[in-house]
Amino acid sequence: MTATVNRVTLNLRALVGRSYPRIIGANREPSWVFFETILPLLGIAAYVFIYHGFFVDAIKSDDAVLRTAALERLNALVGFVVLGGTMIAFWLNVLWSMASQLYWEKEVGNLQLYMMAPMSRMALLGGMAVGGVFMTGTRAIVTLAVGIYFFGVVLVVSNPLLILAVFFVTLVALYGMGMMFASLYLLYGREAWHLSALMEEPIFLVSGFYFPVKALGQTIAVGAAIIPATLGLDALRQLLFPPSSLGGLWVADPVTELLVLVVLAVVFLILARLSLAYLERLAKREGRLTSRHQ
Amino acid sequence: MDSNWTEPLLFVVYSIVKPVAGAFILVLMFVAFTVIQPGSADPAVQAANQARFSFVYVGNTFFIFVAATLFGTFQVIQADREWYQTIRYVYISPISFYTYIIGRAASKVGVAAFAAAITLAFGILFLGVRVSLAVGDIPLFVVSMFLGLLCLVAIGVCLAAVSFITARHVHGLAEGIPGLFFLFCGVLFPISVLPEWGQNIGRAIPITYWLDLERRILLPADTWNHVTTNILGDNLYILALLLVSTLAFYFLSVVLFRLGEYLARRAGKIDMTTAY
Repeated sequence: MTATVNRVTLNLRALVGRSYPRIIGANREPSWVFFETILPLLGIAAYVFIYHGFFVDAIKSDDAVLRTAALERLNALVGFVVLGGTMIAFWLNVLWSMASQLYWEKEVGNLQLYMMAPMSRMALLGGMAVGGVFMTGTRAIVTLAVGIYFFGVVLVVSNPLLILAVFFVTLVALYGMGMMFASLYLLYGREAWHLSALMEEPIFLVSGFYFPVKALGQTIAVGAAIIPATLGLDALRQLLFPPSSLGGLWVADPVTELLVLVVLAVVFLILARLSLAYLERLAKREGRLTSRHQ
Repeated sequence: MDSNWTEPLLFVVYSIVKPVAGAFILVLMFVAFTVIQPGSADPAVQAANQARFSFVYVGNTFFIFVAATLFGTFQVIQADREWYQTIRYVYISPISFYTYIIGRAASKVGVAAFAAAITLAFGILFLGVRVSLAVGDIPLFVVSMFLGLLCLVAIGVCLAAVSFITARHVHGLAEGIPGLFFLFCGVLFPISVLPEWGQNIGRAIPITYWLDLERRILLPADTWNHVTTNILGDNLYILALLLVSTLAFYFLSVVLFRLGEYLARRAGKIDMTTAY
């Protein structure tokens, strides 16, 4: 006897099922506490100490006004690094657990099973995104908290609702981008791994993960806004640090940046849906869905 | 073998883009600092800033060797075992597997040398990085590079030995160990910036001395008016420390490699596949 399942219920179940390994399974072995929270702090610490090295003379100055200004600006730059390092966790999750995921599934041999299952591919990707946000979010919060405490960063929380809105819309846009990339990677072989590796440092650079992106110039900063993390970080930094410490180093005001992020989120989700359908047809036609070790 | 996933030109671009992007991150951090630094118009301050930037840039250039060699060597066994699944054929062939790992590491060093040369040339030509290599220092530079790279390969083999008996943590360790060196070895800042306990950790790692020696050879003498490293001893003393530590790590790599190989053979894990 067969039962008719509502399509929405089916896809929600698929979403929950696909997010389950990332919410529950990824936390079963406690080694993530070291590898995914402590180790990222090493990289963050290195960049923090770069700024400390640059400011070493100013901080030791006999001029109290100069010293105070230097400490305020050092605090802001250190805070930028901590925030940027935390956002890197999300970007790497987008690259390696979203974009590359379908490639890995093809290598392991699961992709054809997913294609045969009676669920929307978007539910599959949505589950990966939801699980990824949760998994990375837990780690990012620890990294952020430890970074703020250990480096003595002073934050000014002037508009908590806007901060939360910017943060969550940035994540939706980021993971929408990841969903779009996931379908592109269906066509790649071993180049997929190297493509993801290639999109680490260059994206850290153009998106200003460790410095105000305006330092790249307004034109490049606006172009880099296609990466949601660029405007997300710029807005969060404006909202969390006193404007007097870094006047004029912002791309746009936070509300404008939030609106752009909303547009990016919608566009990437639509593109993910369209590209997934198109590339699935293309991969089936060219017989790449089950080609492994290419 | 490292380039067999794409055509040569694209591989060259790939090998250049990552390290140059990393170098540019430092450049933009420096730009952000100079824009907001109080008193940045003072010529004395500008001279000090340029000296510090050259210090950071040269350190970052040589760290390309560290990251590429350690990460690459660490991943050789996992790559052959999990991705290419050729380890059993290489292992049973009539060659020393240790020597095979060294050979794979040598290719990483070659690619890193290319990227480092491009990065350093770019810094000198376009970013005002000041480098001065005296003719009399060339033998010292060659010997120190040789010892430093040998030490890196030995450390890499020590880490590769661990990957014989691990699966899911290889990638994390391959990124974490270079991350430790990145923080404590004075790559991007003099170790004098670290707290005392951090400086002591840095002094126990041979990479610290290698980087310091390369900087002493390449950077102009007036750099040290603005940068204090807290690493004592003249160039020959540092070179002697490097020689001793390289020999120590070489012997350690042989011991650990044999141990890892023995444990993996006993457990039947030489050619295991774990889907990681």
